[in-house]
Amino acid sequence: MKFTFRRKRIAGILTVVPANERLFVDDMKNFNFPEARSLKLKQVMGFDKHRVVTPGVCVSDLAVAGLEHLFKNGLLDRDGFDALILVTQTPDHIMPPTSNIIQGRLNLKHDMLCLDINQGCAGFLIGLFEAFMLLKQESIRRVVLINADVLSRKTSPQDRNSFPLVGDAASITVVERDPEDSVIHASLKMDGTRNEALMIPAGGMRLPSSPETAVLEDVGDGNRRAKDHLRMDGSAVFNFVQMEVPELIQDLLATVGVPLEKVDYILSHQANRFMLEKLADKLKLPREKMPNNIVEHFGNSSGVTVPLVIAFNLAEHFRKNRSQVVLANYGVGLTWSAMLLQLGGLKFCEMIEYP
Amino acid sequence: MKTIADILKEIRPEFDFTTSTDFKADGMLDSFDMITLVAALDKNYGISISGVDIIPENFQNLETIAALLRKNGVQP
Repeated sequence: MKFTFRRKRIAGILTVVPANERLFVDDMKNFNFPEARSLKLKQVMGFDKHRVVTPGVCVSDLAVAGLEHLFKNGLLDRDGFDALILVTQTPDHIMPPTSNIIQGRLNLKHDMLCLDINQGCAGFLIGLFEAFMLLKQESIRRVVLINADVLSRKTSPQDRNSFPLVGDAASITVVERDPEDSVIHASLKMDGTRNEALMIPAGGMRLPSSPETAVLEDVGDGNRRAKDHLRMDGSAVFNFVQMEVPELIQDLLATVGVPLEKVDYILSHQANRFMLEKLADKLKLPREKMPNNIVEHFGNSSGVTVPLVIAFNLAEHFRKNRSQVVLANYGVGLTWSAMLLQLGGLKFCEMIEYP
Repeated sequence: MKTIADILKEIRPEFDFTTSTDFKADGMLDSFDMITLVAALDKNYGISISGVDIIPENFQNLETIAALLRKNGVQP
């Protein structure tokens, strides 16, 4: 389905990454694989370092640290926004909503809509959709969109399919009305029949967590994980992305009448370097127009990777310039989405560490 | 230039790939090996195998891999 949003813009982006860094060469000691095979994989997929929280750190901790940084540095007025959207799959609790926990910890005003959305790697665009729609209300002048996940806490260190690529992080994106007559175009598709491709089987009502769901099981290919852990069908996800995402982007651009050559960057979700290189090749896009270095430096932090690829690689560019970009997200659901917009002139675009 | 069998041998030196007709069923090639193999084939032959072709059927044995390379304009 297609979306059009008028007179909306991204005003600033802050990303928060844990200071705690793990190295792939240390992680691979937990894998039941010969070292040489793991090292080959490191080279192809771009595994090197990833940022993960220390025990006990939650999504609200990263988000509160980020918002306090913005308040303290005069980049955001604590009363200057009327909605707080949190997109996460690792909430502090099943209830209450973690967005309310953040609101409470910061003593934010009561005239505010707090909203949790359960989304993952496609969660940046899903969050932007919600923010743009909320801005149609006169009472909402500005929206704070937080994407945050601490998925390392739900990933088995003995699962080579997922642990080495997972990273934890948060991003805070300020969304507001654009005084210029700008138009943002987007496409979104979802396929719930493939919902099991990315899943944490236990911990909800269908299969509550128990001592049994915490037991590590041999799941083939030398990997071990529990039902409490993230389960990713890597091959299915890879094929899904290669089949669906290029077509979605090409269709969006064709509908709007913008040739690919007029797009300055495609800022994609950072699944792994290999997948992104194949995606760029399929689109016949020069690889440098689709940065792919987030997994090797930080890991795949779910819905935070697009803000992170911007803040890590192009912060100065997007503070000083405006460029025509495509944002592309895909993941759990399954969900895939692309958005064409003018990005830039950001009031802030930076990355900080927690703590 | 290396042959397909040479490249496979570098990835999994413990197996003889010339005797198997189904690498996956025989436990010789998992999904990560497949990705390592694609990266090696891309580099060796100066091609970029399409992501949509990275499916087990194309990496079943030496002949299916050769067919995939021919599809990419390479005569292995």
